[in-house]
Parts: sequence; C-alpha cells; structure tokens
Amino acid sequence: MIYAFAILAILIAMALVLVRLIKGPTLYDRVLAVNSFGTHTVLLIGVVGFWNGRPDFLDIALLYALINFVGTIAILKFFRYRAIGDVMWTPPQQDEGR
Amino acid sequence: MSNLDAVLQILSWSLIISGSFFVVVGAIGMLRFPDFWARLHAASVTESGGVILLLAGMCIQAGFTLITVKLMIIGLFLFITGPTSTHAVANAALVSGLRPKSLSTHPNSNGLEDDKR
Amino acid sequence: MRLIVYALLLGALWLLWSGIYKPIIISFGAASIGLVLLITHRMNTVDEDKVPIELSPIKFLGYLIWLLVEIAKSNIAVTKTILSPTMPIRQNLFEVPYTQRTDLGQVIFANSITLTPGTVSVETETGHFLVHAVSYSAADMDALANMDARVSATELAGSS
Repeated sequence: MIYAFAILAILIAMALVLVRLIKGPTLYDRVLAVNSFGTHTVLLIGVVGFWNGRPDFLDIALLYALINFVGTIAILKFFRYRAIGDVMWTPPQQDEGR
Repeated sequence: MSNLDAVLQILSWSLIISGSFFVVVGAIGMLRFPDFWARLHAASVTESGGVILLLAGMCIQAGFTLITVKLMIIGLFLFITGPTSTHAVANAALVSGLRPKSLSTHPNSNGLEDDKR
Repeated sequence: MRLIVYALLLGALWLLWSGIYKPIIISFGAASIGLVLLITHRMNTVDEDKVPIELSPIKFLGYLIWLLVEIAKSNIAVTKTILSPTMPIRQNLFEVPYTQRTDLGQVIFANSITLTPGTVSVETETGHFLVHAVSYSAADMDALANMDARVSATELAGSS
C-alpha cells in the first residue's frame, strides 16, 4: 500500500529531525527542528488518517498545524523578551543562545 | 473510465512517492548541513516541496469530496504559516547575533552594509 | 454590512468543515460564528488596522502557477546540493530591493522568497529585504528581480 511507504518515509524523516533537535548546537537549530517536526506531524496525521480509511483525522491535522505555528512564535517571543504576555521593549541580547 | 482511474492512481502514487522523497531529503539536509543558516533551506525543502506533493497526491486519492476541501485548506494554511515561521526563526537568529560561518563568495557583503550593485 | 459578509463567509467555511448537518450541530455552529464575530468586532474597535486587498485576482492566480514552477525548480536544485557528496554551499547574505507599494504585495514577495527553497528573507527594512541564499550565484539577483516585477504586476494600478 502506498500510504505505508509514505508513513515510513515520514517516520524516518522525523527520526532524523529528532537527532538534529537533540544535537543542534544553538537554540535556533532546535526551534527550527521543532517547527519542522511539527510539519512532519501534520503530514503524518493526514497520511495515517487516509491509511486507516478515516480522513476525519484531517481536522486534527489542521488543529496541529495551528498549534505548531503559534507554539513556534511563542517560543521565539519568549526567548527574545523572556515573557509571553505583554512585554516592555528590551534590547535583544547579543548572545549565541545556547 | 477505469482507464482514467488507473491514470489518476498512478499520478497520485507518483506524487505521494516524490513527496515522501522530498520529506526525507529535507530531513537528511537538516542533519548534514554544517550550520544553522544552511539548515533553514533544508527545512524549507520539506515545507514546500514535500507538503505540496503529499497533499496533492492525497487530494487526487480523495476525489471531489469535502476531504479535498479540507486538504486544500490545510495546504493553504501551511503555505502561509510555513514561510512566516521560517522567517521568524531566521530573523530571531539574526537579531541575536548569529551569523553564517562562511560567506565565501562576497567577503565584504555581510548584509549589514550597502550592496554594491 | 461588513458583519453580514463576514457571517456568510464564516458560515460557508463552517459548513465545509463540519459535514454533519443536524439541527443541533448547526445551531452550535451558528453560536460559534456569533461568538467569533463578537470577539473580532471588539478587536477591531481596539486596533483600527485594516489591510485593503489591492490585487488583481486573475494575475495573482497566474503568479501562483508561476511560483509553483519556481518552487519545483529550486526544490530540485537544493535537493542536488543536499545529496551531493561535497555539498557545494556558497552562503551569502544580500539585499534585495522591492518595488511593491502595498503592504500585502511586500508580504507576498517576502513569503515567496522564503517559500522557494534556497532563499530565505531574513530581515525587512524600508526599501529592501535582507535575503540569505545557500548556494549563491550572480543569477540569483536577476531571478529575484524578476519575481519582484511579477509580484508588482499583480497589484492593482491607480490606488495609492
């Protein structure tokens, strides 16, 4: 079945991205890996839904895409301003962000 | 009719297989590339090529149903948010002072001076 | 007037998503649409930030098709870079001027740069974007100038 092939490919890709997530020297490598992992997850949910013959999973996939985007922006905002809610402007720190 | 069905099946299979290929290639690139700035581009291979091809293949498999509409909305959404979050990560890295390791071609233009066009 | 258009749009979207047409489910949908309209109405009174859409739809569709072809080409190029044993990376940060008048046009241009693998828009300043390319060549500037002209062509003329 074609979907099994796609699922296998996405799982391999997710494992590789996970290695980068653990190894990644800087913070931004990790954020990028998390974002990419989220995109892989959206695809995986969709393909698994088709594989099971239950395309209703697409609702969950869309929800995951929304949460992934908001989460990435929230992580970046937190590491720039050290706060999630309203922030006073603080000059960005010139560190490597490990 | 069955002839057309077979053509559509083969088309969607090849779309899904090539989409899976781009997804894996993007992940390999994220692992192989030497620094953060190069890895951005590897991630965007997954986010554009892989997503578009896989979703298009699934659209053909679903046919003209509500599921196709949902797939297209997911595709539209990823089309808008994918570049935005990539840009956000890149911009945050630039602001924090992370620079590409080797600007091999134009050693003078590190992007913070005026381009000499 | 605007509210009615929004309500119809949201209703159509909700009906597309739901797929279950029983009275109680539909009444839930109507209630959620009302809630969304209430919240967006409050948000609009908080910050008056309207984004006018000044694009010609037909030209924009043509641009999307052209963009898909570009994405395919640059995907193959970056795939070659990733899979080649030596990985010929020539990174460069350079400035690309933009000529779009509207905010929406600039957003479309910057997003298109990022969407094609191999180039990422890193920073937006007045008059130009800062773009990072992974395998830079002199032809990149021309390709991006071409894309810039195409995005500008989709904008409606006349309006400021």
